[in-house]
Amino acid sequence: MGNSIFVRNRSVPIFIGVLALVALAVTFLSPAYGTGAVSVSFTKILGMTLCLCLAALAMDLVWGYCGILSLGHFAFFGLGGYMIGMWLMTARTEAVIRANLAESPIPPTEGEVSQATALQIFSVVGAEDWPWMWAVSDSLILSLLLVMLVPGLLALVFGWLAFRSRVTGVYLSILTQAMTLALSLYLFQNDTGLRGNNGLSGLQNIPGADAIGQERLSVWFFWASALALGLGYVGAAWLVSGKFGSIVRGIRDDELRVRFLGYPVEVYKLVVFTVSAMICGVAGALYYPQAGIINPDEIAPIASIYLAVWVAIGGRGRLYGAVIGAAAVSLLSTWFTSGRAPNVDLGFYEINWIDWWPVLLGLGFVLVTLFAPRGLAGLFDYLVRKEDT
Amino acid sequence: MSTLLEVQGVSVTFDGFKAINNLSFTIGLPELRAVIGPNGAGKTTFMDIVTGKTRPDAGTVRWGEMGHSLLSMSEARIAREGIGRKFQRPTVFEDQTVRENLRVSLKKPRGPFSAMFDRVTPEDTARIEEIAAEIGLSDHLNRKAGILSHGQKQWLEIGMLLAQDPRLLLVDEPAAGMTTEERNHTADLLKRLAKNHAVVVVEHDMEFVRRLDCRVTVLHEGSVLAEGSLEHVMGDERVIEVYLGR
Ligand SMILES: Nc1ncnc2c1ncn2[C@@H]1O[C@H](COP(=O)(O)OP(=O)(O)OP(=O)(O)O)[C@@H](O)[C@H]1O
Ligand SMILES: [Mg+2]
Repeated sequence: MGNSIFVRNRSVPIFIGVLALVALAVTFLSPAYGTGAVSVSFTKILGMTLCLCLAALAMDLVWGYCGILSLGHFAFFGLGGYMIGMWLMTARTEAVIRANLAESPIPPTEGEVSQATALQIFSVVGAEDWPWMWAVSDSLILSLLLVMLVPGLLALVFGWLAFRSRVTGVYLSILTQAMTLALSLYLFQNDTGLRGNNGLSGLQNIPGADAIGQERLSVWFFWASALALGLGYVGAAWLVSGKFGSIVRGIRDDELRVRFLGYPVEVYKLVVFTVSAMICGVAGALYYPQAGIINPDEIAPIASIYLAVWVAIGGRGRLYGAVIGAAAVSLLSTWFTSGRAPNVDLGFYEINWIDWWPVLLGLGFVLVTLFAPRGLAGLFDYLVRKEDT
Repeated sequence: MSTLLEVQGVSVTFDGFKAINNLSFTIGLPELRAVIGPNGAGKTTFMDIVTGKTRPDAGTVRWGEMGHSLLSMSEARIAREGIGRKFQRPTVFEDQTVRENLRVSLKKPRGPFSAMFDRVTPEDTARIEEIAAEIGLSDHLNRKAGILSHGQKQWLEIGMLLAQDPRLLLVDEPAAGMTTEERNHTADLLKRLAKNHAVVVVEHDMEFVRRLDCRVTVLHEGSVLAEGSLEHVMGDERVIEVYLGR
């Protein structure tokens, strides 16, 4: 295994080691398996943060390595959430309905259970029948497949149209914004079948897991998120190493030169874009059961811009930079916007962080861009450089 | 010698300006050809047309024994057909090592999945090292191309062309930024290549062209002004006028 990615890319063993340590620490501080110093809700926040890190990793693949500044990647993240959310809601609601109907003197037929479930789920949008897109929502396996297939397919179609017409740069970024905006507006409609602005809720209640309890479930989801991030990291590191990575970085730096070497540039872009969208789908599917709810607001254009900001702050084109950026900024954001950060009383004015956090983030972004253009992770370079010389 | 590339009656207009005007050009395999002409004569644009970067308004470009038209092919497809190019301004992947630059150029399958699972075979390594020796970059294989000198970047791009092993090489001003010694080496290398390739060299430096010792095509205002040996075209009155009358 002298040639394995663990040896070729030094950041891989370090990253996996740090991730394992974090997972161990969270486990031993959790209420279910340890001291309880970390609450259930904070365990969930940490698990969700890992999912955001995975999305940032996917963003780094397209932007940091392939030079495609996608400002629509949260669409894929949200779609992953919706795909698993449909199964969670269906299975959970059906279980509740069955429990209720079990008390009636005549056992209900399957049709009646299905009818009652649909009514329960869709009455908020004034509907009572299953929309077509819920066709496989009773199958976990198929829903898990859709978690990757639907974002992948959207990316494939969108990318094929955009890359084939050689849309690049800021025009492509605008198109991706339009894509995520269009998707969120579509989902806001009550009659599209995904419950409009109500979104899908109660996703934290995993069907059949009532006996397990949120204390343990939150740690399990944290582990699953850590595993996904670890696998994602190894996979991404493998993809960007070697010849494929060389070509993709070539496309970022000089697309025309790559074409003149005979490489079908749009096919490469399509592969990277689609793979990255599928990773985002997985990240979303792990995120929303921890968040408990998903609605169309989640894929508003601003969400995808934040994703790009995290990667820029963390440092592009080095994988761990994206993870550091996403973890640092999203945790800070949670801290500042949840009311935990103490307000600053200036006498004449009180700084309320819920309002002022976006300003602070914007300022931080500007400072990083000006003084550390390679991002927070780029600061490691100075350390390494000193070691080497 | 069989005809490899046949350009016929090609014209290109940029915003009303005729950069290429009814140009015809033929090269066989193997053959070495120098293309000269004053600045703005259309030499680079000619290469752009052959490689698919610029689409002509009129004319035909035929390729190979079957005479396939190149005009409907993408740049990448044309490159895979066996046309390689060295740009006027050296274009290498500056963020990558010399070795990586040569590796992506090596003649191997171009699809994404082949690239993902590509392994550097002992033959690949041998070829990369052979090319590096040829272009004088053996000691720089593991350095980033961005820190090379202008001349070394020129060499690296020539090396990438060698690695591609195309049938037709379009070489735009290879000698710029090179020392006299390096120029001689380049000229000899191109002559050697022309034993079993078709090579088109654009160059301003007449010493270099003389050393190539091959048929010369003179371009002026987008058309062929004269063609023949260097002595022959340099004796042509219209060529003298174009070169001195500026
Ligand atoms: N994309 C373009 N748009 C507009 N004009 C162009 C374009 N490309 C080339 N030209 C013009 O076409 C003419 C021919 O340019 P070309 O680069 O082919 O000349 P050249 O013979 O290579 O000159 P040099 O020896 O300076 O490299 C020039 O006048 C140039 O300004
Ligand atoms: Mg030129």
